Amino acid sequence: MSNPVPVSNPPARAPLLQAIGITKLYGSFLANDSIDLDLFTGEIHALLGENGAGKSTLVKTMYGLIQPSAGELRWMGEKLELSGPSDARGRGIAMVFQHFSLFDNLTVAENVALGLDGVESFAAMSARLAQVSRDYGLPLDPNREVWRLSVGERQRIEIVRALMQNPKLLILDEPTAVLTPQEADQLFTVLFRLKSEGRALLYISHKLDEVKRLCDTATILRGGKKISTCDPRQETAASLARLMVGAEIGEVKATTARATTIPRLLINDLSLEPDDPHGVLLKGVSVEVKGGEILGIAGVAGNGQDELFAVLSGERFAEHEDNVIIDGHAAGHLTVTDRRRLGAAFVPEERLGHGTAPRMKLSENALLTGHAASHMVNHGFVDRPKTLETVDKTTKTFDVRKAKRDPEAASLSGGNLQKFIVGREILREPGVLIVSQPTWGVDAGAAAVIRQALLDLSGRGSAVLVISQDLDELAEIADRIAVMFHGHLSEPIAAADATREKLGLLMGGASAAASGGEKEAMHAVGA
Amino acid sequence: MQLVLEKRAERSTKIAILSPLLAIALTLVTMSILFAILGKNPIAALYVYFVEPLTDSFTLMEIAVKATPLVMIAVGLSLCYLANVWNIGAEGQFIMGAVCGSYLAVVTNGTGAGPWVLPAMLVMGAAGGALWAMIPALCKVRYGANEILTSLMLVYVADLIMDYLVRGPWRDPKGMNFPTTASFDPVATVPTLFETGRLHWGAIVALIVVALAAVMLGRTIKGFEIRVVGAAPRAARFAGFSSDRLVLFTFAVSGALAGLAGIIEVAGPVGVLQPGISPGYGFTAIIVAFLGRLNPVGILIAGLFLALTFIGGEGAQISMKIPLDLTKVFQGILLFYVLACDSLILYRIRLIATPKKAIHGTA
Repeated sequence: MSNPVPVSNPPARAPLLQAIGITKLYGSFLANDSIDLDLFTGEIHALLGENGAGKSTLVKTMYGLIQPSAGELRWMGEKLELSGPSDARGRGIAMVFQHFSLFDNLTVAENVALGLDGVESFAAMSARLAQVSRDYGLPLDPNREVWRLSVGERQRIEIVRALMQNPKLLILDEPTAVLTPQEADQLFTVLFRLKSEGRALLYISHKLDEVKRLCDTATILRGGKKISTCDPRQETAASLARLMVGAEIGEVKATTARATTIPRLLINDLSLEPDDPHGVLLKGVSVEVKGGEILGIAGVAGNGQDELFAVLSGERFAEHEDNVIIDGHAAGHLTVTDRRRLGAAFVPEERLGHGTAPRMKLSENALLTGHAASHMVNHGFVDRPKTLETVDKTTKTFDVRKAKRDPEAASLSGGNLQKFIVGREILREPGVLIVSQPTWGVDAGAAAVIRQALLDLSGRGSAVLVISQDLDELAEIADRIAVMFHGHLSEPIAAADATREKLGLLMGGASAAASGGEKEAMHAVGA
Repeated sequence: MQLVLEKRAERSTKIAILSPLLAIALTLVTMSILFAILGKNPIAALYVYFVEPLTDSFTLMEIAVKATPLVMIAVGLSLCYLANVWNIGAEGQFIMGAVCGSYLAVVTNGTGAGPWVLPAMLVMGAAGGALWAMIPALCKVRYGANEILTSLMLVYVADLIMDYLVRGPWRDPKGMNFPTTASFDPVATVPTLFETGRLHWGAIVALIVVALAAVMLGRTIKGFEIRVVGAAPRAARFAGFSSDRLVLFTFAVSGALAGLAGIIEVAGPVGVLQPGISPGYGFTAIIVAFLGRLNPVGILIAGLFLALTFIGGEGAQISMKIPLDLTKVFQGILLFYVLACDSLILYRIRLIATPKKAIHGTA
């Protein structure tokens, strides 16, 4: 393990918020194990760690959402006992959550009003909202309904709402997870300004390049313990990753030069009305995926990826049956089961409740997608040994860690469950695999296993379509990358030519077809 | 201090088995208090309710007779409830089964028809119940109508149809104007199992239904489909299972079983079609289904237990002048406790200290 350089703070500076020996027990599970952390004004402090390392528990303690089992917080040197988030806000601690808590049918101003504790009038609040958003270069139209806004704009609401409390400490939980690279850059400008205003920022992330660029100090958590506090600018991304994971991460490699063959998945001029009022209309999506190829679909969440997955998997039917062609068969009007029988396999984004039934055993979850094409069902009767065999095979091939042979799906960690779901499909040797966010919220080790498995599958001649928001992931495994924006799919570009800038522009709708929400909102505010 | 419900990591199988027993115990305590308020000795009343019927071979057989329709209906309902389909109208399906099957008994009455009559009646009974159940099922699938309301309301429609028939076209001409059909011929009657008592072949049918349902739920892909659609609807759709088709299937099966129970009841112990053929079997079966953990074998046990309360209630009315309606009170309290105790399968109760109020204004 590398020796991180300790940060030397001038002794005169006292920390704004000090966490001393914070410990949180859930039953017998130690989520936080006596963690110390000092946050200073005028500093951006990164909190790094894999999923389950204890980052969320720690910041929820600082925001008054949970009470620590042991240890204490000190606010400007005095002992701090928070009774709840409003208490935290009252003292000047604000937080921007990863998952937005916004009401889609209300306007921006109404949403902000709901989240503030103050007594000022709605009109005064609206004016202040416009003022703050203008001051910080975060354009927002107070009168626009939230459902019309892009994800980046929704995040702006959360940030502006936090800034309107004039916080001394701002906590941001993975704020760039949903942003295009350009939007992230805009956010960084705001964060640097907040720092220069003498506020303290706690920045939670697992994107190491960002942390190196942005943060003055980084604290790394692993397994609920603090591993180290260091200056990220003096570390390499690799050394930070080692500290986070506690081991070297294997590099993902394509086995051989893959020979792309005939197109195995064809999407032809696919248009589809959304089935709920806030859904996205798919407009003339066309693309082909050849055997031996991985096609990546990038894009900010909520630009039609969910709709595309549903219509490819058969959970929704296409308008015409030749909108979707799987291995030469028009599949647009086939059910999920029939598409599986054609040799297609699907991995949805949501692991629990969509990819698996959470309260059912793994063997039953193997049957969930296996009943169509594998020999798990004889004359209507389930062959239980066969389903267990699939569980064992998946466990062995993909290193799925679990407490017993056949536990409930919900009892597995995110990474292990994802390995099971991807493994379950890959073991069937599908000719066409469509997978959405294959490593979303998965630890680095599991992510490497999954990406390698996707590469190997395409190496064996299958066509793989990967929908992902993670540009690094797509750069690592995809041969060509297309971008989804407002229900349009761009022309795919070779991965070698797909720079972050190029993709970022497409993700923001830079192509000719782009227009709509974002620009209008900017106009309205600028006027 | 405050009580909080805390989610368990995995469902507790221990509590899943203990929950009905705990519910029964709590019900008995509540009933004792009720008996005391009514001025009856609770111990004596509970003895009459729950022990006395078990001491006599005649009442033991009567328990099986009462349990037969309860178990058959509840098995069908459990399939619906497992699939998150809320058929509350089994009582109406029971009645329509009885009506449709009785049609044959009425038109062949006194004609000396052959032994084909009873099997045909059973088929028609099951078909009648299934068709009646298809009304709410189709309304739900086609128009999104809430099946709880539609299936329940159709109970009263079925009841009035039967009432009209036995007072009108099907009334026994020699029945001294009582609203009842003529007594069924022997070929239209379910034979009894023994020389004495009313225990009939329907009880065997109920046992077969339990066995078939257990195999279907545990071993077949259809049973798996039912459980997945109920437990994780989105995953079920991803698996390629259509929830609409399953609504039709579970309603059809539960309607057929309720209808079969209905025709067996009138062609068996009752022997005529008349109002009041059911003391609320279709509703009591809802309690049986939940008390039996929506599990066929559990339902068999729960059905016998609920039948015991019917018999015990009659005994208590005769020997202690306790109103028969108290049996319904008992059943209602029992369902309440079963559902309440079930929350402990996924949650645990914890007593925690209230956090101290923080002092404001230090910043």
